[in-house]
Amino acid sequence: MDIRIALTLAAILFSIGIFGALTRRNVLGTLISIELMANAVNLNLVAFSRYTASTETQVLALFSMALTVAEVAIGLAIVILIFRTKGDVIATTINEMKR
Amino acid sequence: MTAFTVVFLTTGILTLAASIGVVTSNNLVRSVFWLASTLLGTAALYVLLHADFVAMIQVLLYTGGVITLMLFGVMLSKRNPGTAVPNASSNIGRAFAVIAPLLGITLAAIWSTPELSRMKPIETTGAKEIGDMFMQRQLLAFELLSVLLLAAMVGAIIIARKRAPGGQS
Repeated sequence: MDIRIALTLAAILFSIGIFGALTRRNVLGTLISIELMANAVNLNLVAFSRYTASTETQVLALFSMALTVAEVAIGLAIVILIFRTKGDVIATTINEMKR
Repeated sequence: MTAFTVVFLTTGILTLAASIGVVTSNNLVRSVFWLASTLLGTAALYVLLHADFVAMIQVLLYTGGVITLMLFGVMLSKRNPGTAVPNASSNIGRAFAVIAPLLGITLAAIWSTPELSRMKPIETTGAKEIGDMFMQRQLLAFELLSVLLLAAMVGAIIIARKRAPGGQS
């Protein structure tokens, strides 16, 4: 199998993640789309690890996974704080920096 | 077009369909469950790419941990208990205008690089080599990762804890 099929799948998954991050009004929806983007990157790394003789790419994918989990934890803590202080998590109504 | 390519493409297209469900669902809880399907599909793709340890960690960490975290986050940020969590989209046209050139350039770069078409699959590694790498060459990064996870835990607790009524922290 060509490596380019896996890379194309990862690229499309990444674009779907960007689409979700740009269009979702709920802040949690944005976080979920960032998860999709991180998964696309990991898929890319693992595809390259299969087609070149390097273990380090898989190790990098594992590190990236751990970092993404930490980032999700912090992101959710921030979302909970936003909900507590603002009352909702819809991004179009949290626009105090605009005015 | 071998049987393996067909299987890989089928799994990949199912994963992409689930990810489209993530970004277009109007209900936030359904989005989270579509994300769980996407993560499981990605784990299947890792197994097809002979990265079984990474696939197991993906199932454990992501579909086990991150989905639970997301569901807790959804639960703790609902305005009215018992109703469907709203999750609409806006600016869809502008998002497409941003994404289409990006995706086009990336796909053009992938499909016009001749070195990529010459790469053959190499039988790589298993958990033993990954463990050796963690304990020998990447030991510093491994230890720094545990420090970072500790910092993330402490940071999340400090960000999300309740303040005392006098405003003291």
